[in-house]
Amino acid sequence: MGKQYETVIGLEVHVELATKTKIFCGCSTEFGGAPNTHTCPVCTGMPGSLPVLNKQVLAYAVAVGLATGCNITQYCKFDRKNYFYPDNPQNYQISQLYLPICRDGKVEIETEDGKKLIGIHEIHMEEDAGKLVHDEWTDCSLVDYNRSGVPLIEIVSEPDMRSAEEVIAYLEKLRMLVQYLGASDCKMQEGSMRADVNLSVREVGATEYGTRTEMKNLNSFSAITRAIAGERARQIDLIEAGEKVVQETRRWDDNVGKSYAMRSKEDAQDYRYFPDPDLVPIVVTDEFLADIKARQPEFREEKIARYKEEFDIPDYDIDIITGSKHMADIFEETVALGAQPKKVSNWLMVETLRLLKENNMDPEDIRFSPENLAKLIKLTDEKAINSTVAKEVFEEMFKNDIDPEKYVEDKGLKTVSDEGALRKTVEEVIANNPQSVEDYRNGKEKAIGFLVGQTMKAMKGKADPGMVNRLLKELL
Amino acid sequence: MNILNMTAASLAVAIKNKEVTVMDATKAVLEQIEKTESTYNCYVTVDKEGALKQAEEVQAKIDAGELTGPLAGVPVAIKDNMCTQGLLTTCSSKILGNFVPTYSSEAVLNLQKAGAVIIGKTNMDEFAMGSTTETSAFGETRNPWNPDHVPGGSSGGSAAAVAAQECFYALGSDTGGSIRQPASFCGVVGLKPTYGTVSRYGLIAYGSSLDQIGPLCKDVTDCATIMEVIASHDPKDSTSIKREDTDFTSALVDDVKGMKIGLPRDYFGEGLDPEVKDAVLKAAEVLKEKGAIVEEFDLSLVEYAIPTYYTIAAAEASSNLERFDGIKYGYRTEDYKGLHNMYKKSRSEGFGAEVKRRIMLGSFVLSSGYYDAYYLKALRVKALIKKAFDEAFKKYDVILGPVAPTTAPKLGESLSDPLKMYLGDIYTISANLAGLPGLSIPCGIDSAGLPIGLQLIGDCFKEKNLIRAAYAYEQARGAFERKGEK
Repeated sequence: MGKQYETVIGLEVHVELATKTKIFCGCSTEFGGAPNTHTCPVCTGMPGSLPVLNKQVLAYAVAVGLATGCNITQYCKFDRKNYFYPDNPQNYQISQLYLPICRDGKVEIETEDGKKLIGIHEIHMEEDAGKLVHDEWTDCSLVDYNRSGVPLIEIVSEPDMRSAEEVIAYLEKLRMLVQYLGASDCKMQEGSMRADVNLSVREVGATEYGTRTEMKNLNSFSAITRAIAGERARQIDLIEAGEKVVQETRRWDDNVGKSYAMRSKEDAQDYRYFPDPDLVPIVVTDEFLADIKARQPEFREEKIARYKEEFDIPDYDIDIITGSKHMADIFEETVALGAQPKKVSNWLMVETLRLLKENNMDPEDIRFSPENLAKLIKLTDEKAINSTVAKEVFEEMFKNDIDPEKYVEDKGLKTVSDEGALRKTVEEVIANNPQSVEDYRNGKEKAIGFLVGQTMKAMKGKADPGMVNRLLKELL
Repeated sequence: MNILNMTAASLAVAIKNKEVTVMDATKAVLEQIEKTESTYNCYVTVDKEGALKQAEEVQAKIDAGELTGPLAGVPVAIKDNMCTQGLLTTCSSKILGNFVPTYSSEAVLNLQKAGAVIIGKTNMDEFAMGSTTETSAFGETRNPWNPDHVPGGSSGGSAAAVAAQECFYALGSDTGGSIRQPASFCGVVGLKPTYGTVSRYGLIAYGSSLDQIGPLCKDVTDCATIMEVIASHDPKDSTSIKREDTDFTSALVDDVKGMKIGLPRDYFGEGLDPEVKDAVLKAAEVLKEKGAIVEEFDLSLVEYAIPTYYTIAAAEASSNLERFDGIKYGYRTEDYKGLHNMYKKSRSEGFGAEVKRRIMLGSFVLSSGYYDAYYLKALRVKALIKKAFDEAFKKYDVILGPVAPTTAPKLGESLSDPLKMYLGDIYTISANLAGLPGLSIPCGIDSAGLPIGLQLIGDCFKEKNLIRAAYAYEQARGAFERKGEK
C-alpha cells in the first residue's frame, strides 16, 4: 500500500464591504455603471489627491473581528504595498501589513468528526484595484477605475484545514457571520467574496509542513472543491515522482480542471511596504469598541436557540431559515406582523425555495416584503382566496413584490362565497355533463372529481372547493 | 507711488480705498514680468489672460462689497507643485510637462476665496528635490540680487518672483527648508508652518510626512496676513489639524520683553560662513536689546538630521512618484514594446537626474532586508530629534539661528557635489522632522552683496512667537531692499 498523505490548507478570503462609498473617497461603490463614472481624483491617483478613511470600513472590520474572536489592534496603521500595474492608479495599494486591525481569532466549524476550531491569523483592511479590459480588436488595453478604492477586508486563516469539506464549512461559516453583520453580501459569483487557497501536502504523521502553493481564480465553492482535489493530486504526483513542489502562485482554470503556474517565489516582487504617511494612525477607542460590541447582531447559533424556544416549527425549517440572515429577517418580520409562524415557515420552505432554485437565485436575492407576505397569509386565513390562487399570487409577489390585496382585488381573484351564484354554476355543470352525473349515480364515486373540476373551471378557480363538493352532493 | 513697491497688505488697503485698482496691480506685475523674466526665469507658466480676467472679476466683487479681506485683489504666484484647475501644473518636470489639473489645491482655493489674482506658476527644483532651482526641467531660476547666483530652492521661483517684484507674494512648499532657504537667499520673508496647519490637498507630494505649504513675502505683516488666509482645517487631508489659534496678525506686536530665545551652539559651529554667523548673532543682539532673554544652549543630534531626512524623504518620494507612469496623464515615451518597457522608458525619459537619485535611494531604504536598518531607524531618530526640541522648548520660546551655512552659491556649483548640497540643509530640516514652524527673515547683506537670512524656530503651533520676534526685529532693522524696487 502506498503512502498516506494529509492535505494542509489555509485560506486568504477577500470580502468586499457593503459601504455606500469607497474606502478613501466619497465615490459610490455601486456595481456596474459606465466605465470611470464612479471616480474622482483620489481613486484615480491624480497628483496631489489624498486619502481619507471611511469610518464605516473600520466599523465593519472591527465587527467582523469581534465576531471571529479576534483581538482588535487599537493602534493600527495603513501601509503602502508598492507595485506597478495599470489597474492600480497610484502604483501602490493602501493595505495593512505591520499593524492589521484584527489578529488571533478563531471560528468553529462542524465536521464529520464533530466541532473544530479554525484559527484566524489576521484580518486587514485594504482598497480594491480597478479593472483592465483588453480590446482585441484594437489590441489596446483600457482601464475602468469604478472598482478602484472599493473597500475590502482580507481574512487570513491559519493552515488549520485538512479537507475540501472543512474549507467549505469554514467559508460558509465566514459568509454567514459577515452576512449576519450586514458587512457584505458575500456573493462569490459577483466577486464580493473571493478565496485564495494555500495548500501543501505531507505524509500522515509528519510534523513539518510541505511546500505550499497559492491557488487563485476560484469563483465558487464547487470550483474550490475541484481545485483542492486537483492540487492535492498534483503535489502528491510530484512527490511520488521524486520531484519537488515549487512555492508559487497558480491559477485555476475550472473549465479545464487544471491549474497553471503564474509566478514563483523567486520572481516574487519586493513590495517595499511602509506606513502610509498620508493617513494618520487609527486609534480605536474603548468607546468605539464598546459601541460596535453593543451593536453586534444575534448570530445564527443564538437565533436557532431562540427559534426553538419561541416558534413551533420543525428544526429542519429553523436550520434553513437561519441559514440566510435575509430570510430570517423576513421570517421574523412577517411573524411580527401577526402571521402564524408555521404558515410563514411553509411559504419560505416550499414556494420560496422552489422559486429560488428555479431562478438560480440565493436567499439574499429575495425581494418580496414581510408586509406583503403577511397580507397573503391573511388572505388565505380569511379564505378570501384558495390555495391555488394563493400560489399564483405568491409567484407574482416573488417576482415583483406586488401588494397581494390589491392584486387579488384588481384581478378579481377573490373566492366566490355567494352560494346562490355558485349553486347556479353547479346546476349548469350537472345539466351539461349527463354522462358523469349518471356514472356518479351508478356508484362511481370518482366521477364527482370531474364535476368539481368542471365547476372550478367555470368559476375561473375562484370557488371554495369544499363548498363546491357540498353543493354537488346536495344537488345530485 | 509705485505700486510694485507695496507690500501685499498695503496694496490691499490701497485697493480697498480705491487708490489702486486690481487691474492696475495686475498689469504692473505683468509688465514687470515682461521686463525681467527673461533674466530671472521665475515662472514656468505666466497666465496673463487668466490674470487679467481674474482682476476684473475680483474688482467687481470688491466693488460689490463681497470681498473685504486683507488680501483682496492682490496678485500672487503659486509654486508649480500646487494643482490649479485648468492651469498647467508641472512640478518643473518633463513627466508632468502637459498636466492640467481638474481641481485646485485647498491652499489655492483659500487664496481665491480671499480674492487673490493668480499670476502664474513658479519654477522649482523638479518635484521639490534640490536646493537651488537648478534641477527644473524648464531651466534654472536666477537670483535677482545677482543673476550669476542661484535663488535657492526648491521654492526658488517663488522667492525670486517676490524679490524681483514679479508678484506681491507667493506660495511655496517646504519639505526640508524649501521655503526658508530660498527666502534667505533672495532677501524675503518665508514661513514654514507647523505640519498640518495648511492643507496638503492638491500639493503634489514629495515627502508627505514633511511637506508643508507656506508664504514667501515682503515682510512679516504680509506673512501673518497670508497665514490667516491659507491656514484651514481640511477634511480632505487626514493630516490637517483643526486649530483655533490662527489669528496670526494678533502677534504683530513690537514687544519681545521677557521672550526667551535660545541659540543652539550646534548651529554656529564648523561649516558656518563667518559673515552669516556675524549677521545672525547681530540680529540676536538686537532682540536682546529689545528685552528678550538670549542664551546659548546645546540642542544635540543635529548631525543626525541630514541622514534621517534623506532617508525618510526619499523613501516617501520613491512611493509618491510611482503614480507618474505615463498611463493616466503626463509624459509617455514615443516608442515602447509592452507595458514594462513603457513604464521604464517613460520614467527614464520623464524624470531628471536628482529625482532618479532620490527614487533609487528611497527604494533601497524600503527594500526587504534594509527596511529596519534604514527606514525604521530613521523614524526612531526622527522621534529623538523631536524629543530634543521638546526639551529645548521647555526653556525657550524661540530658537534662533542661521537659515543656511552660506549665502546663495553660484549657478552650477552645487549640482556637481550633491552631498555638499544636502549638507546645506542642515539648519532647516530639523524643523520638518519635528513638524515645527520655522521663519526666515533677512538680517544682512554679505560682502558679495547677497542677502543673509535669520531663522526662528518655534514649538508646534507657536507661529505667533516667531511672528512676534520677527516683527520686533524687523521694526529695529528697518526696511530691507528688494532687488526689483525702483
